[in-house]
Amino acid sequence: MSVSPALREKYEAVIGLEVHVQLATRTKIFCACPTGFGAQPNTNVCPVCLGMPGALPVLNKRVVEMAVQAATALNCTVREESIFARKNYFYPDLPKGYQISQYDKPVAEHGFIDIVLPSGDHKRIGVTRAHLEDDAGKSIHDGFRDSDKYTYVDLNRTGTPLIEIVSEPDLRSADEAYAYLTELKLLMQYCDVSTCDMEKGHLRCDANVSVRLRGAPQFGTKAEVKNLNSFRFLKQAIDYEIDRQIELIEGGGRVIQETRLYNPDSGETVSMRSKEAAHDYRYFPEPDLLPLRIGTAWMSEIRGGMPELHPVKRARFITDYGLREYDADVLIQTREMSAYFEEAARVGGDGRTAANWVMGDLAGALKADSKEITESPVSAARLGELIKLIGSGAISGKLAKDIFAKMWTSEDSPEAIMDREGLRQISDTSAIEKILDEVLAANPKQVEQYKGGKTAVAGFLVGQVMKASRGQANPGMVQEMLKAKLS
Amino acid sequence: MNVASLTIDQVRAGLRAKEFTATELAQAALDFAAAENAKTNAYLHFSAERALSAAAEVDAALGRGEDPGPLAGVPIAVKDVILVKDVRNTCASRLLEKFVAPYDATAVQRLEAAGGVIIGKANCDEFAMGSSNENSAFGPVRNPVALDRVPGGSSGGSAAVVAQGTAVVSLGSDTGGSIRQPASFCGVVGVTPTYGRVSRYGLVAFASSLDHIGPFARNVRDAATLLQSIAGRDPADSTSAFAPVADYSGAMTGDIRSMRLGLPKEYFAGLESETGGLVEKGIAALRRLGAEVREVSLPNTEYAISCYYVICTAEASSNLARYDGVRYTSRAAGANSLAGMYRETRGEGFGAECKRRIMLGTYVLSHGYYDAYYIKAQKVRTLIARDFANAFKEVDALITPVSPFPAFKLGEKLDDPMQMYLSDIYTITGDIAGIPCMSVPCGATHDGLPVGMQILTNHFEEAAMFRIAEAFERNGGIAAA
Repeated sequence: MSVSPALREKYEAVIGLEVHVQLATRTKIFCACPTGFGAQPNTNVCPVCLGMPGALPVLNKRVVEMAVQAATALNCTVREESIFARKNYFYPDLPKGYQISQYDKPVAEHGFIDIVLPSGDHKRIGVTRAHLEDDAGKSIHDGFRDSDKYTYVDLNRTGTPLIEIVSEPDLRSADEAYAYLTELKLLMQYCDVSTCDMEKGHLRCDANVSVRLRGAPQFGTKAEVKNLNSFRFLKQAIDYEIDRQIELIEGGGRVIQETRLYNPDSGETVSMRSKEAAHDYRYFPEPDLLPLRIGTAWMSEIRGGMPELHPVKRARFITDYGLREYDADVLIQTREMSAYFEEAARVGGDGRTAANWVMGDLAGALKADSKEITESPVSAARLGELIKLIGSGAISGKLAKDIFAKMWTSEDSPEAIMDREGLRQISDTSAIEKILDEVLAANPKQVEQYKGGKTAVAGFLVGQVMKASRGQANPGMVQEMLKAKLS
Repeated sequence: MNVASLTIDQVRAGLRAKEFTATELAQAALDFAAAENAKTNAYLHFSAERALSAAAEVDAALGRGEDPGPLAGVPIAVKDVILVKDVRNTCASRLLEKFVAPYDATAVQRLEAAGGVIIGKANCDEFAMGSSNENSAFGPVRNPVALDRVPGGSSGGSAAVVAQGTAVVSLGSDTGGSIRQPASFCGVVGVTPTYGRVSRYGLVAFASSLDHIGPFARNVRDAATLLQSIAGRDPADSTSAFAPVADYSGAMTGDIRSMRLGLPKEYFAGLESETGGLVEKGIAALRRLGAEVREVSLPNTEYAISCYYVICTAEASSNLARYDGVRYTSRAAGANSLAGMYRETRGEGFGAECKRRIMLGTYVLSHGYYDAYYIKAQKVRTLIARDFANAFKEVDALITPVSPFPAFKLGEKLDDPMQMYLSDIYTITGDIAGIPCMSVPCGATHDGLPVGMQILTNHFEEAAMFRIAEAFERNGGIAAA
């Protein structure tokens, strides 16, 4: 399904996102069970997260600290008092029969995220609220011998802390939604509250989508689209849903309020449940927990521990290291890369060279080996040492690349490799002169051509010197000495 | 030894004088309780293994010359909604018939740490919902004082075992009067401490904001000793209080001269029964002991029952959702869909009263009704709590009846939930306000049915409450009038 650009132009999409971010605490939100991924089913559990009779929740302090940091990154106001509420519904992987969430008094509200549109324009997207809640377990419907008859339940994930971030309906296209989610992910990663690993479900997204005639004052009826488990799916699903609604209206139909599920195989959204069949969650304040009060002293203590967020870091990279805007943009794409870059720049004493290495040779080598920057065999400090050697003139850029390749497969310092392999750059005039004389003697024809005015042949002669020195001669010096000798 | 009439002091003295060992006492209590239980059905099951191992530890400690704690060797029954590890915990429900507790309630841990010996689990109304103990899936409890009558509820079994002498003391739970009303019906002492005074960790939740664990005993001092052992902050219960626990024993001086006692007029209006007369006598006795008695008013009392049944059913509807057939409950056979499995499991498993409260609670929390019911009830709750706060500016304690009538006959009110709910009319306000309150025996009717007098004090003022109750008891109760 795809509507014409003209028809698209006739309508305006209105989109809001609900994003669940898993907080990277060591233990669960209401008990001391570990939050680890990949343990044997139903092993990271206790009476509290299993919903055993008589068990009671106790709020994890670290969760509150992370929520305040996330709220700060989202420019939200943190409520002095927020209230946990029970969201009641039945499902086999929800052992208490309710989720402990927050309803009318969420921990944070009234924030915004600034996004950059593909056009380069900036746009401010409102963040309505952010609230804390516990995750449910997992229902496993297939993969077992008797999966035709039974569903298996793994409760390891039950009680994992989540923060749900709800945007205002300020987004107008799939591209804007994509930019918003990208920015949100970066903010959460930079304030160190989540890995936001979508594959592991640490970042989950639902979209509320409606369309209206361009210029119409009222919003259209919205559909909630679920199961947007990658950035690509988010974009595809929203585009599909916009087109579906436009076609429906153009065909004389009417959008109904419902929940739809995105199917990545077909690229379509399908109806999951109507408004009439929607759950009545019967929210009420959780009587097992006291109101969460965050005093000003604790608040400033938490905020004092905030890591630098990427918009600030980006600006600083440009002013402190003289980076180009584009390079700064690339280097802040992940918190890990920005940290790697800064360490390499600090040790190497040259930000621009460090940026080139991180975005060039390092990125290439990582990609070739399918490694993340955190798994790089060459540490940021080691790369910094290499950059320092280049800066001091000890090695040429060409040599540095050879040394870097050797660093990739050993743990030795660049200095050690340089010495071991005899790769130190020759900047000694007499040594270079000796090689140069030999080359000139061996190539009388080219020398004649040069003297006859065909100076382009100099390149060939320099190349011969570099070859004879196994690449170690300082190319700048060779060039100058050649010029002096033949003039 | 006469197991049926022992007090904590007598157990302590007997152990010290080596009249019996804790193990001998535990075995004797288990044997006696097993033999007597057919009369009342007050125990649902016994925990002999756990009792004997706890008793052996007490004996070992005594052998080493150590102090095994204030409850050393004392045979104790625990209501079957309070978890004792590795012992069945049914909540008197078919749904949990085979459920074995995977951990200890904090109160149970503390009770054993003080040397207590848990001999069995006491019958009760299903999930603590009821006022007569007739809502147990495993049969009603008979009142040991009059076997054709109910023991009260929901902690009917916990009251009955103490009255019957098949335990020295017991633990019950109170949400709207479930300790005090059965205590008054069975003629024993029953205490509902301040909300947050005793950890709820391991107490199967009925209505979380109203649930309390509290002691039953044959005298005030034993009840105080039991509460002293289990009270205090517990990090596993976020609603448990940090306030220090007072020395209850030291507070029981017998002297209540110049204490100011209030009689809330709303609790005495229209109370012209025999019960009323006995409570009047109790008040006269307190006056004679030197207390200053005056009338006070708790103007919002008339809204208490409505307020209570909105809040407690709302919370119950949510708390009982976990009994869904998926994990540890029984599961109905033959359902062919998830919704069907839920429906049939819960339809078969819950008794009528639980279903009634789940439906009421689901209704009051529903979209469009929440403000009219739940929010309104919370506002009324605040007003009722304020009534008490105002009264305690004038007086140290309030004295009221516990129940409008003494123990009624089995089956008498079973078909009339409203009549049944009215038996808690004087007790639910204390739970709503979260203040400490207790029932102390206050004579008996001409038919020999016990009546209780209720004493209520301000938050964390258990010591004052015990002081009044113990002085009353020490001077012969209504005989002092």
